[in-house]
Amino acid sequence: MMRRLMLGLVLLAFIAAPAVLYPVLLMKVLCFAIFASAFNLLLGYTGLLSFGHAAFFGSAAYVAGYLIRDMTWPVWAALLVSTLAAALMGGIVGLLAIRRQGIYFAMITLAMAQMVYFICLQLPQTGGEDGLQGVPRETLAGLDLSNDLTLYYVILAFSLLAFALIYRTIHSPFGQVLKAIRENEPRAISLGYDVARYKLLAFVLSTGLAGLAGALKMLVFKFASLTDAHWHMSGEVVLMTILGGIGTVLGPIVGSSIIVVLEDQLADKVGSLVTVIMGGIFVVCVLLFRRGIVGETAAFYQRMLGHRKLPKELI
Amino acid sequence: MTEVFGVPLLALLGQLVLGLVNGSFYALLSLGLAIIFGMLNIINFAHGALYMMGAFASWMLLTYFGIGYFGALLLAPLLVGAFGIIIERLLLQRLYRLDHLYGLLLTFGLALIIEGLFRDQFGVSGETYEVPEALTGAIDLGFMALPKYRVWVIGVSTLVCFATWAIIEKTRLGSYLRAATENPQLTQAFGVNVPLMIMMTYGFGVALAALAGVMAAPIFQVSPLMGSNLIIVVFAVVVIGGMGSILGAIVTGLMLGLVEGLAKVFYPEASATVVFVIMAIVLIIRPAGLFGREK
Repeated sequence: MMRRLMLGLVLLAFIAAPAVLYPVLLMKVLCFAIFASAFNLLLGYTGLLSFGHAAFFGSAAYVAGYLIRDMTWPVWAALLVSTLAAALMGGIVGLLAIRRQGIYFAMITLAMAQMVYFICLQLPQTGGEDGLQGVPRETLAGLDLSNDLTLYYVILAFSLLAFALIYRTIHSPFGQVLKAIRENEPRAISLGYDVARYKLLAFVLSTGLAGLAGALKMLVFKFASLTDAHWHMSGEVVLMTILGGIGTVLGPIVGSSIIVVLEDQLADKVGSLVTVIMGGIFVVCVLLFRRGIVGETAAFYQRMLGHRKLPKELI
Repeated sequence: MTEVFGVPLLALLGQLVLGLVNGSFYALLSLGLAIIFGMLNIINFAHGALYMMGAFASWMLLTYFGIGYFGALLLAPLLVGAFGIIIERLLLQRLYRLDHLYGLLLTFGLALIIEGLFRDQFGVSGETYEVPEALTGAIDLGFMALPKYRVWVIGVSTLVCFATWAIIEKTRLGSYLRAATENPQLTQAFGVNVPLMIMMTYGFGVALAALAGVMAAPIFQVSPLMGSNLIIVVFAVVVIGGMGSILGAIVTGLMLGLVEGLAKVFYPEASATVVFVIMAIVLIIRPAGLFGREK
């Protein structure tokens, strides 16, 4: 009962939020929350550190922008195809990357993402350094997306769907196998699980959702740019997840909210020092704060509660 | 005019020399990454930023203290190496008991901090650093003019790389180092000061990156972001070569520089991506890397 009430309150807060906060900032938070949650599915629940997730985020934005602006596709079709395109790319990169483990996995995803970045830079359709600008917002299912408020609720709906999908995945038998692989890969193999297939499926799911996040962000800002595909963006999503709490459901959402708002507030005050601050948060998180905000809070309450268990919905 | 597959021979040779120059930087950087990984089990993401610091150190030595290229060649790696030792003592040593991935993340944060600070101080456009007078001009080979400075870079890098290899494989110190890589507890029990060796190894790896930076300063612009894309190519080089072997890192670095040079001549569009394509192919055929051992 308590949990339902809490969930209802959070939902209500999200629905009422545009009355208090700037909708575009809120939409940016939601897009990055999807992106970080998708990333967390890999790092937190499968134990795979992908350092190239920006490639899927960024190129899905390009695909969606190109389809809507230059091919005049309807928005729903562009969203669908760009998400699938990111998942397909994820399949190809994943097939290569899962051949190695740990640190090599991170380096391979990083290198493959850099290749995607150069392709985004060189393809004639992407507008090179300028990016793909002036993508119209059009309509989706009869809703006029050029209105910020309407678009906010559409993106909120997509986010809820994405969070529900991730939540179901984590708490499904499939998710249990992923956690088993994270904890002890040789053991999972010896129990007869086809570990490579599970990893690949998790990778495809995660990259597909990262693509959805990128395409939605493109809708909000009406352009796709190289920044979204650059490895700094890959680092940023890692930071959001660690700051919020690796392997917690709420962590990536908390982390992305903090980072996006922080960047928004700092951008015109400190200029290029933003990178320094982000790097500093990174170092502090890794040295002192490895469980992240949600993880540390949960651990604190666990100590207070003693042997009773925290509701699994939260962590 | 002689041509090879429709490309003038001189242009081809010129690009090959430039490719070898790039390859020497790859070799120095991936060698540093490999020995650091061997001892610390950390992939040093800050390697590109430290390379950039090497270039800036030589520029600052010249601008503020009037110390020229050859002084910088010695001083800059020492200074940046000392900075690396401070990083190791203050930060990295707290991570040795944790998953390797935390080392990658910490050094990534460091790279952001270092690059951000330099960008704030010097902007993105970069400074120029002249080729030292003794190394300007070109050697006339009769059929082509070979810029002296490029020959110098290739020569010095190769020498330093093979000296490092010889120290690790052929000397007593190197045998301690290899023992500590293999089994740190046992080596410590034999009375070798392993933490000191770890510290010096990190400092040495960083100094190699800084040396590459000093030599790169007259060729490329000295700019805050000069290491940020380079480090990813070097990661790909490390994946291709496999980190198990010192010689492998050197040979792979030089080879991929050459391949990149060839790509610039025959198919310029692919020159930025060719290393990554090779990495993909190597992963399919030999996942452990060309010189790596499957663990």
